[in-house]
Amino acid sequence: MRSQLVLRVIAKLLIPFMLLFALYVQFHGDFGPGGGFQAGVITAAAVIFYGLIYGLPAARRLVPDRFVESMIAGGVLLYGGVGVAGMLLGGNFLDYFVLAADPVHGQHRGILLVELGVLITVAGVMLKIFYVFAGRGRDPGGA
Amino acid sequence: MSFASHYSYWATIVLMVLGLYILIARGNLIKKLVGLSIFQTSVYLLYIAPGKLIGGTAPIIAEQFRIYSNPLPHVLILTAIVVGVATLALGLALVVRIYEAYGSIEEDEIIDRDRKAGQDA
Amino acid sequence: MISEHLPILQVVLPLLAAPLIVLFRHATLAWLLAAAASWCSFVIAVLLFFTVPAGGAFDYALGSWAAPWGIGYRIDSASAYVLVLVSLIASVVVTYARTSIAAEVDRDSHYLFYAMFVLCLGGLLGIAATNDAFNLFVFLEISSLSSYVLIAIGRNRRALHAAFQYLIMGTIGATFYVIGVGLLYLMTGTLNMADMAERLAQVGETRPVLSALAFITVGLSLKIALFPLHFWLPNAYASAPSVVSAFLAGTATKVSVYVLMRFLFSVFGARLSLDALHLFDVLVGLSIAATVAASLVALFQDDLKRMLAYSSVAQVGYITLGIALNNADGLTAAVIHLFNHGITKVALFMLVGGIVLRMGTTRFSDMAGLARRMPFTAFGFVVAGLSLIGVPASAGFVTKWYLVMAALERAHWWLAALVVATSLISALYVWRFVEMAYLREPAGEVRRAEAPLSLLIPAWIMVLACTYFGLETSYSLTGAQEAAAALVRGFR
Repeated sequence: MRSQLVLRVIAKLLIPFMLLFALYVQFHGDFGPGGGFQAGVITAAAVIFYGLIYGLPAARRLVPDRFVESMIAGGVLLYGGVGVAGMLLGGNFLDYFVLAADPVHGQHRGILLVELGVLITVAGVMLKIFYVFAGRGRDPGGA
Repeated sequence: MSFASHYSYWATIVLMVLGLYILIARGNLIKKLVGLSIFQTSVYLLYIAPGKLIGGTAPIIAEQFRIYSNPLPHVLILTAIVVGVATLALGLALVVRIYEAYGSIEEDEIIDRDRKAGQDA
Repeated sequence: MISEHLPILQVVLPLLAAPLIVLFRHATLAWLLAAAASWCSFVIAVLLFFTVPAGGAFDYALGSWAAPWGIGYRIDSASAYVLVLVSLIASVVVTYARTSIAAEVDRDSHYLFYAMFVLCLGGLLGIAATNDAFNLFVFLEISSLSSYVLIAIGRNRRALHAAFQYLIMGTIGATFYVIGVGLLYLMTGTLNMADMAERLAQVGETRPVLSALAFITVGLSLKIALFPLHFWLPNAYASAPSVVSAFLAGTATKVSVYVLMRFLFSVFGARLSLDALHLFDVLVGLSIAATVAASLVALFQDDLKRMLAYSSVAQVGYITLGIALNNADGLTAAVIHLFNHGITKVALFMLVGGIVLRMGTTRFSDMAGLARRMPFTAFGFVVAGLSLIGVPASAGFVTKWYLVMAALERAHWWLAALVVATSLISALYVWRFVEMAYLREPAGEVRRAEAPLSLLIPAWIMVLACTYFGLETSYSLTGAQEAAAALVRGFR
């Protein structure tokens, strides 16, 4: 698809909006339907879209495999870290009430960080699945 | 207690049996995974459908709404969907590797090739 | 203080070790982290085991949301017993894993192996610790998904198909379980198992409750490989890397048995589950079929690992027989057999791992003269084999004793006779190994090549444990009796 000028231009125009929409879904999760899962998938979809138009190697240069694997681990660690932080601040595991002076603020802060962790991990996992399946049998070193 | 008022349960049961049937009857590994996914999807329906109240909205407190649907099944099924996706991805990854190792994704051919390899060794 | 957080640390430590291992991507560091997580969780489990009040429990509310609304963890004598078993096996196996994995798995995937190992451990510990039926499903899937990866991670191509079969069967089992939980949720409006048990008493024997019981029992029977739902197990154990066979044989099915007991006795209550649904007849029938058929099949295997795998199916039969008998001795036998069979099978599989490393084969015909080649391995195999048979002064004997007592108490003398008879079949297949290893002349020149100490020492710790817990039963037996009492008492 490298020669399709229209697709390439449209893709470049669309991808920033896809990422922006992912962030909207992420932060809207505080007040209504939305959250880390959906936002993570949309983020990954933007990169996968880029990969479909510009080719897998280009996507791998943009978001390297090593980075994707760190995303998977990092998101889970962020989630777990929030839980442990609650424990260190005197509450139970995953206790958001103690994360700020005001319990309601604490809940906001906790869920925001946890959802960020979910976003990172879900985006990482989706990208990893795409890379591994799409790259299978093409470049043996990259899978 | 009429047939029609329980249509969501009937749909659940039909999907469930359909998925299980594909799982048992087909030897193709990809088709087996399709069956497994349908089977798992039926469970999503089993959880979600009873959580909905007619006229109920999403449980976000507001002046003008009095009836809310139960949000807990959605949360549970979101988790179950993630589990389902993980299972499907792992299953497909295994099928890819089985294809690379055996050159086939038909269960009987794979077992056949294993048996032949066992006799040669 | 930290002691009140022990129930959650038990689960979270291994779960958080997994992403750390992936982040560092270093084989040795991965092993160190996995070993540290396993040993820490063993220490925590032992602490919990000795501090859990008799007749009481530790409750832990996640996120400080009180139990029926939030997810609660609950450690009573029964869960503490399972926690100790799982984390003990994990910490011995992880010590053993380094040398064995270096030989059987490609170096690139070593860190992934250890990540999956601690993930599986965390899942198994979570199953035992949680008091929430749906949370239990999530942990069940965490441990199952990681065990599918563990089975397929070796170089054996048969392992791929075995892992796929296990994935299909395991997912059907877990989905059946979740259907059952869904029906229970519809009837009671709660997922907290303590709450559920209370409300089920009011709902009574309605059809959805009975079908929930049926779904959960069948689903978990798939997971514990109860005959005739065991077909995934021999393939999976025979083709997985030795470390994985050892770990899963000792833990995965055992934890599912714990869940089955938890639901039959604590949530539904024995009156509903075993009497109203005539589960006694079904379970006794299947248990007998399992012990007799699987023992006979094990007798005719020409692969050492496959023989041990079929013997596992047979041993599950003894456990379910204890459950079906439904008296104090029977339940004690079931619980203590989780432990006794766990350590015995782990010892055997670890010794086989040494044989794989030195000889590169597990075929019976290649075992001729093994005792001269690997004297300690062969002798350890015999000692652990005696425990598998259940001769006096071995761990297996304690189980058989209580099982026979339980059968006699129910006046089923034929069951008692059957337990003894099937033990004789297992004596036969252990004898086959003895004959091959000690009495047959090896083909060609024999050079002594004992397994390295890093494999031999952990394996022999387990072998000695098989003897120790046959002679000194104060911890394993009183623990099992308290666990059995806690299961029957439920959440009160």
